[in-house]
Amino acid sequence: MQSKVHVQTTINGEPREFLCEPRQSLLECLRDTLGLTGTKEGCNDGNCGACTVTMDGRVVTSCLVLGVEAAGAEVTTVEGIARGSALHPLQRAFLENAALQCGICTPGFLVAANALLEAEPDPDEQRIRLWLANNLCRCTGYDKIIRAVQQAAREMRGANA
Amino acid sequence: MATTTITKTEPLVGKRIRRREDPRLITGAATYVDDIKLPGMYHAAILRSPHGAARIAALDISRAAAHPGVVAVFTGKDITGVGPVPCGASLPGLRVPVHTILAQDRVYFVGHPVAVVVASDRYIARDGVDLIDVEWDVLPAVSDPEKAIAGDAPAVHPEWPDNIAFHHHQENGNVDDAFAQAEVVVKQRITSQRLIPTAMETRGVVADFQTGDKALTLYSSTQVPHLLRTLIALMLGLPENKTRVVAPEMGGGFGSKLNVYAEEALMGFVAMKIGKPVKWIESRRENYLTTIHGRGHVDYFEIAAKRDGTILGMKLKLIQDIGAYHQLLTPAIPTLSVLMMPGLYKFQNIRAHVVGAFTNCVPTDAYRGAGRPEATHGIERMVDMLAAEIGMDPVEIRLKNFVANEQFPFSTATGLVYDSGNYAAPLMKALDLVDYQGLRAQQKKAREEGRLMGIGISTYGEICAFGPSPATPAGGWESATVKIDPTGKVTVMTGACPHGQGEETTFAQITADELGIPLDDIHVIRGDTAIVQYGIGTFGSRGTAVGGAALYFALQEVKAKLKRYGAMLLESDDVSYQGGQCVCNKTGRTVSLAEMSGASYRAMKLPPNTSPGMQVTNFWEPPNFTFPFGAHIAVTEIDRETGAVQVKRYFAVDDIGNIINPLIVDGQLHGGVAQGLGQALYEQAVYDENAQLVTGELMDYAVPKATMVPWIESDHTVTPSPVNPLGVKGVGEAGTIGCSPAMVNSVVDALRPLGVKHVDMPMTSEKIWRILNSAQA
Ligand code: FES
Ligand code: FES
Repeated sequence: MQSKVHVQTTINGEPREFLCEPRQSLLECLRDTLGLTGTKEGCNDGNCGACTVTMDGRVVTSCLVLGVEAAGAEVTTVEGIARGSALHPLQRAFLENAALQCGICTPGFLVAANALLEAEPDPDEQRIRLWLANNLCRCTGYDKIIRAVQQAAREMRGANA
Repeated sequence: MATTTITKTEPLVGKRIRRREDPRLITGAATYVDDIKLPGMYHAAILRSPHGAARIAALDISRAAAHPGVVAVFTGKDITGVGPVPCGASLPGLRVPVHTILAQDRVYFVGHPVAVVVASDRYIARDGVDLIDVEWDVLPAVSDPEKAIAGDAPAVHPEWPDNIAFHHHQENGNVDDAFAQAEVVVKQRITSQRLIPTAMETRGVVADFQTGDKALTLYSSTQVPHLLRTLIALMLGLPENKTRVVAPEMGGGFGSKLNVYAEEALMGFVAMKIGKPVKWIESRRENYLTTIHGRGHVDYFEIAAKRDGTILGMKLKLIQDIGAYHQLLTPAIPTLSVLMMPGLYKFQNIRAHVVGAFTNCVPTDAYRGAGRPEATHGIERMVDMLAAEIGMDPVEIRLKNFVANEQFPFSTATGLVYDSGNYAAPLMKALDLVDYQGLRAQQKKAREEGRLMGIGISTYGEICAFGPSPATPAGGWESATVKIDPTGKVTVMTGACPHGQGEETTFAQITADELGIPLDDIHVIRGDTAIVQYGIGTFGSRGTAVGGAALYFALQEVKAKLKRYGAMLLESDDVSYQGGQCVCNKTGRTVSLAEMSGASYRAMKLPPNTSPGMQVTNFWEPPNFTFPFGAHIAVTEIDRETGAVQVKRYFAVDDIGNIINPLIVDGQLHGGVAQGLGQALYEQAVYDENAQLVTGELMDYAVPKATMVPWIESDHTVTPSPVNPLGVKGVGEAGTIGCSPAMVNSVVDALRPLGVKHVDMPMTSEKIWRILNSAQA
C-alpha cells in the first residue's frame, strides 16, 4: 500500500482536508473519503459526465482528476450549487420541467449547466446541446433537460438585469 | 366532529404534477447502491475471462491471497454448493446450460466470472485480481448467430454441437393458401442488431450477512426485488424469510436489471463466508461485457398481399442470438416478437419459426421493448416495402389494413386479444400535425433539387401491462398496500419497483384523488422486501397499468372500511365518503379521515363485522394485457457528402389510454424515442470473430448525446383500456417501439430515388455514405 498524501482544498466554499493515496481519483475522494456522494460514477473513464464537478471554475470529470490535484483548488459539486437553503434556478427549472427520471446523471448536468450559464448567460439551443454533450442521459432524451437549462438561463438573466 | 361543508378537491390525476422524487435527486441527496457504506464493509472485484471460449488449464490464486489487504479469494471450486443462475422461461425442448456463478473448468464468453477477490478497498481488490495467475487453453469461438447454426461452427457448449438452444413454432390461419392467392409477395432479411442497454448506473450489490440471525440483506440495483429474493434464497440455500432484498434509488434499468445475476448470488455467498458486509460495483466495462444485451435478431420476412394493398399473410424465420447462457427471460423474448408480428393489421395468416442460437457472447434478454420493437420494426418495414412495390402511399396501405374500430376486442392472428383501439386516430392526427401533403410537396421539390429528403411513418402497437399470470413466467399480478396511520397519514406500498418512472408521484396522485386528501399526506414506498408485501416488479410497461390498478382496488377496500367507521362514528347508515371525510347524508355532519382511522386503532367500539386497524393489501390479477398504439413520423434529410442522417422533425402521437401525469408521460416518450433513435442511427454491440466485444466502453458504443437527439414533438389520442379501472395502457416502451421503423422508413424513403429498398440498422453515416457511393458509381 502506498502512503497517503495530505490534501488541503476548498469544497463548496468550505476548507476541507483529507488523506488520499496518490492513485485515488478526486471522484473517489469526494464520495468515499468526504462522503459527498451526490457526485456519481457512471464510467470511471471520462465518457459519461456523471462525475462532473468544477475545479477553479473549470468543468472537469472528477474520475479523471487525481485527488492530490485538488490541493489548493476550489471544487464545486452538486451539493454546493444550491444557494443556501434555496434551490439554484437550474435545480428549480429541472424540478418544474421534470428534466430527470432516474436522476443518476442529474448532478453532472446541473454542475455542467451551471458552469455554462456562469460563463455564457444567453446560450442558444445548439450551444447548450454542445456544452452538455459530455453528459450522457439514458432516460430523458435530453428534451426536458435542454428546456430546463433554457428556462433557468432566462430566469437568471432576468434576475441579473 | 365538525359540520363543515365538503370542500371539493380538484382531481390530480391527469395533471402535470411535479415529480415527488426530484427534490432528493437534484440535490445529490438520494442513496443509490454505490452510496451505501456499511461499517466494516469489504470490497470485491472479479476476475473475468478475456477469451470468448477457453479451458482453464491452471488457476493459481496464491499471490492474490497473500497480497496485503486481501481477505479472501474464491473460485469455481468454492461455490459448488450455490445453485445455478436461473432461467425463468420455459419452452418445449429448451436446452438450458448449467450456469454456475463462477466458471468451473471452462469459460463461454468474454467477461465470464472466474474468481472473486475480497479486500479492504476496491483498489486492492483489483490489484488482487491482477495477481491471479490463469493458464488459458484458448478455444475457437463463434459470435455470429447465423454462422453459429450453419453446421460448421465451433460448439459453444460441447454437448450441443449444433448450437441450437431451441426451436419455437407458431402458426395461425392458412398461410399456404394466403401465399398461393397472393398477387404480390415481398421478402426481406431484416436485422435488429445487438444493443447494450446502458443504464447510466451500472449494476451493484452490497451484501450484509447478520451472522447472529443467519439473515442476509442484499442491496441490489434490481427491477424485481421480490423475485430476486426468492431466487437468491434458493440459490444460496437460505430460508426466504431470512433473506431481504432492497432496491435502493436506482439509476435506470431498461430491462437490464430485470434479472438475477451471478454477481448477486456471489456477493451473498461472499458475505456469508466472511461474515462481513461486501460491496461490488460493476465497472462500465463489466457492464458492457456481462450485463445482458438486447435485440440480436436476424429476421427473414415474407409478406403476401393483393395488388390493392390488402395484406393476406406473413411468414417469419427468426434467428435469435441467445449468447452463451439463458438469463432470466432470454428464450421468452423472441416469442414476444412472434406474438406482436401482425402489428395493428387484421390479417389472420401467420407462420413464424424461431431458432435460438448459442453464441460465445453475453446473453441477450429484455431490453426496453423486449421482442416488440423487433416485431414492429419487421411489420412496419414490410408494410412500407409492400406499399413501395405496388405504388401505394404508405398511409393508404395502413388505413386499408388496420383493425377497424368496431372489431374490438380483436382476436389477432397470434392469439392475442387487443383490448381497445382507434388505430387511424393517431395516424390522422400525426399527418395533420406534420402537414403530410405539404411535406410530400416539399419532398418533391427537394428531389428536383437533388436533395435526399425522407418521410417515414410507423404505426406501432405493443403488448403492455405484463401480464396475465399464465403468460408471465413468475406471475403477472401486482400488489399494493394502503396503510393509514392513527393520525390519518397514508402510506402506499407498491410491489412494483419504479426506478425513474415516477410512480412515487403518479401513485400519490391516484391515492389523493381516491381518498380526497392532499398529496403531502401520502408517502409511497417501494423496493424493500422487508417492508413491502410480495410484488412482481417494474418492467414491460406494467408499473401503473398493473401496479396502479392493484392500488386502485386497495383504495376502494380501504375506503369501504373507512366508511364503516364513519357510519359508526356518525351513528348513521346513510353516509358517503368524499373529500377526505365521511358525511352523514341526512345531517351533513362529517368525520375526518384521521378521526375514522384513529377510531379504528383505538378500537373502543368496532363497526359490525369489522376488524381494528386501517390497512388493506390487494393482489390484482390483470385479465388481459393492454395494447397501446400510435403513429410516429420522422422527417429526415441525408447529407450527400457524408451520409449523415439529419432528423429534421420527429412527431409522436401515442395512444396509451388515460394519462395520469402528462409531465411524466412526455418524459417516458422522449426517452423511449431517444433509445429507438439510438438503435436506428448509432448503436450496435459489435463482437469480432473471436467473440471479443469491440464496443466495450462508452467511447466505442454510441449512446446518443444531447447533440444527437432532435426535439421530439408529441401529442396523444386517448382510447381508455377496459382492462383496468384506471383505463391506462402503459408508456415505458412505446417511444422505443415506434421510433426505429419510422426512422428506417424515412431514410429508405430519402434514398428511394437511388433505388434503395432497405437499410439495416444502425444507419451510421458510414453505412449511408457507402450506399450513396455504390449508387453513384
Ligand atoms: S464517471 Fe467520470 S465521466 Fe463517467
Ligand atoms: S435521468 Fe436517468 S440517466 Fe438521466
